[in-house]
Amino acid sequence: MPTRTVAENIFLGDEPLTGMLIDHAAMRDRAQEIFDEMGFSLDVRRQVLSLSRAEQQMVEIAKAVHARAKILILDEPTASLTERETKELFRLVRNARASGTGIIYISHRIQEFKQIADRITVLRDGKLVGTVGAHDLDHNALVEMMTGRAISEIYPVIAATPEKEPVLSIRGLKAAGVEGVDIDVRRGEVLGVAGLVGCGKSRAFRAAIGLSGISVGSVTYKGRDVTGVPLAKLLKDGIFYLPSDRKEEGLMLGATAGDNIALATLDHKETRGFFGLRRPKAVNRLTAEIGGRVDLSDAYLARTASKLSGGNQQKILFGKGLAADRDVYIFDEPTVGVDVGTRAALYRLIKQICEAGKAVVVISSDLPEAMNLAHRMLVFSQGRVSASLSGDEIEEEAILKAFFHEERQTA
Amino acid sequence: MTNEAEAVKTTQPDAGFSLRRFFGDVFLKLGVLPFFLVAALIIFALASRQFLTVDNIVNVARQSVYLVLVSLGQMIVLVTGGFDLSVGTAIALTSVTSATAMVYFASVFPEAAFLVVTLGILTGFLAALAIGALNGLGVAKFGVSPFIMTLGVQSMGAGVALFITGGVPVGGLPYAFGDFFGFGRISGVPVPVVVAVFAIVVIWTLMNRTRTGARIYAVGGNVKAAKLSGINTTRTLFTAYLLCALLASLSGVLLTARVESGETNLGGTIALESIAACVIAGVSLRGGIGRVESVVLGAFFIVLVQNGMNLMQIGSYMQMILLGGLLVLAVVIDQFRYRMLIGDR
Repeated sequence: MPTRTVAENIFLGDEPLTGMLIDHAAMRDRAQEIFDEMGFSLDVRRQVLSLSRAEQQMVEIAKAVHARAKILILDEPTASLTERETKELFRLVRNARASGTGIIYISHRIQEFKQIADRITVLRDGKLVGTVGAHDLDHNALVEMMTGRAISEIYPVIAATPEKEPVLSIRGLKAAGVEGVDIDVRRGEVLGVAGLVGCGKSRAFRAAIGLSGISVGSVTYKGRDVTGVPLAKLLKDGIFYLPSDRKEEGLMLGATAGDNIALATLDHKETRGFFGLRRPKAVNRLTAEIGGRVDLSDAYLARTASKLSGGNQQKILFGKGLAADRDVYIFDEPTVGVDVGTRAALYRLIKQICEAGKAVVVISSDLPEAMNLAHRMLVFSQGRVSASLSGDEIEEEAILKAFFHEERQTA
Repeated sequence: MTNEAEAVKTTQPDAGFSLRRFFGDVFLKLGVLPFFLVAALIIFALASRQFLTVDNIVNVARQSVYLVLVSLGQMIVLVTGGFDLSVGTAIALTSVTSATAMVYFASVFPEAAFLVVTLGILTGFLAALAIGALNGLGVAKFGVSPFIMTLGVQSMGAGVALFITGGVPVGGLPYAFGDFFGFGRISGVPVPVVVAVFAIVVIWTLMNRTRTGARIYAVGGNVKAAKLSGINTTRTLFTAYLLCALLASLSGVLLTARVESGETNLGGTIALESIAACVIAGVSLRGGIGRVESVVLGAFFIVLVQNGMNLMQIGSYMQMILLGGLLVLAVVIDQFRYRMLIGDR
């Protein structure tokens, strides 16, 4: 009931009455009490639609507390919450558990389970796979249960040949949601970047390549200071950025897959003939060749992009990346909404790219993905790099600690 | 033999279905135009005996030149995901400035008609380019909505045109101007038709064979994706509005030659007509989709309908109602088509 107040929502169908009339004052007071008990400050007179998604989640929990619910079901509750809000939510969920409520927490984010789950039940293709205790299970085992495949079948082993000098280096970067980070990206290795939604991991790179503004800091690319250089220039000079939202920022949805890929061939010499006019045959040949590399057949290339599956759409974007010879590949959530089979194919492409001596950055909210692909790993928390790990240091405990890294707050 | 018979048998039950699929494919690819065109031809041919004569169709082709040119420009802008309401003003301003310039230059170089006409036309182009640049600046650089920007510029341009002439037609143009660009023929083909054919070829090549064309489609297809593909979206949008104004201006020059005077009221309804021609021809108002050859046919269709209605002696007020209704209908159908194309639920 978005147009009603918080208090009205909590007491829906159970309003305190004085005679025939609803006692609004009593309702407000008791609603406020519930929030005070929960240790969460919120003005219960506000309309629910004016609240953030996180606050709305809190209202739902408060409703459960008020109703003395025995069971509370949360379906992907953190899907649109920021890092800070997620932490707050987890705290309330633990409180609810302590007061005797059973909680069913549905999520695809594996890293969240260790934080709040006692037992984990895995479903796949509508069938029960099994139930395990949360504390004696590692992520890889969970991924294997969820996908039905061995980890080694999904994640290839990528050989690392890092160069000494970074090709892209970011120093003291501050931007919206980024509180000063230093990042080095080297050729020949995969840099994994992990963190909760809203921790600034994606924003840091978007600001660095000129997609959004930088307030302080410097960016060096191929030994030159490129701070504030327009995006188009950096893209021409060998940086590829794969956006996390492929429909919003990646694809021309109304055009065919082939046309989407062909857009990345505009500067190819072989596609340009007489007077610089484009040669349709050469464009088609090149597009088909790139399609072959990302495993999109001609039949798929002829189809409208919007009608392809998430996995095939992602292949289009990878194809656009492969269309030109680039130096740095930044993959922002490369496998979001992609089925397991295609994910494995995309990981093999990342392996090829890295082993061809390119610099690869994988920004991912999917922890197993970041862990299994990365040679080096940065964990973001609250706009800062809270951990920088490499080789054997990349393991669950250390990363999770950095994920939920709290700076001791005064108060 | 038996094999063949069997093959026929198995395909036959599909025939009805595949006919539907054929129409569906035509609709997806070309929009409503083929259906509208066939309907119009049948209706007008039944209503008027003069309609389907060679003379009349040639006449329609010649009359449609002006709308074809403007529609080509309109299409470029529509493909970027915007539209241009100021094409009529670009025509009026071109007419007034080129005529005024010709009258002025004729007094300076009374003997050099060719020079006078050339300078006059160039002046008209420059005036229209100013309009296009203003639109482009607002839309591309400052992110003003194309609707507001071109509406505002339309008013500004109309004001300037009236200001220059005081509302009085500019007469006394060099005889050669109207004689060649208005009524001239090159080996039997009217000069305006030659100009239009040339423009169609150039714009087709631009949209289908150049990087600029590919960028225009990309910007309309998804502006953020275009940016991430390294396209300078600001420059591309700006170019689109310039081209649109220039094509309108070309139409303005030909119209001025036809009426042999600089008029502020030329192109009064052409913004609506050109948008209607494009949308009927399958150019999506959401951008990214549209074909040059269809748009030419779309403009031809609009003029054909006007011609048919004239032959049926339908009054001009009624024609306005029908034309507006046709545009709205085409836009509604475009919504359907877009949803089918994208597969949106």
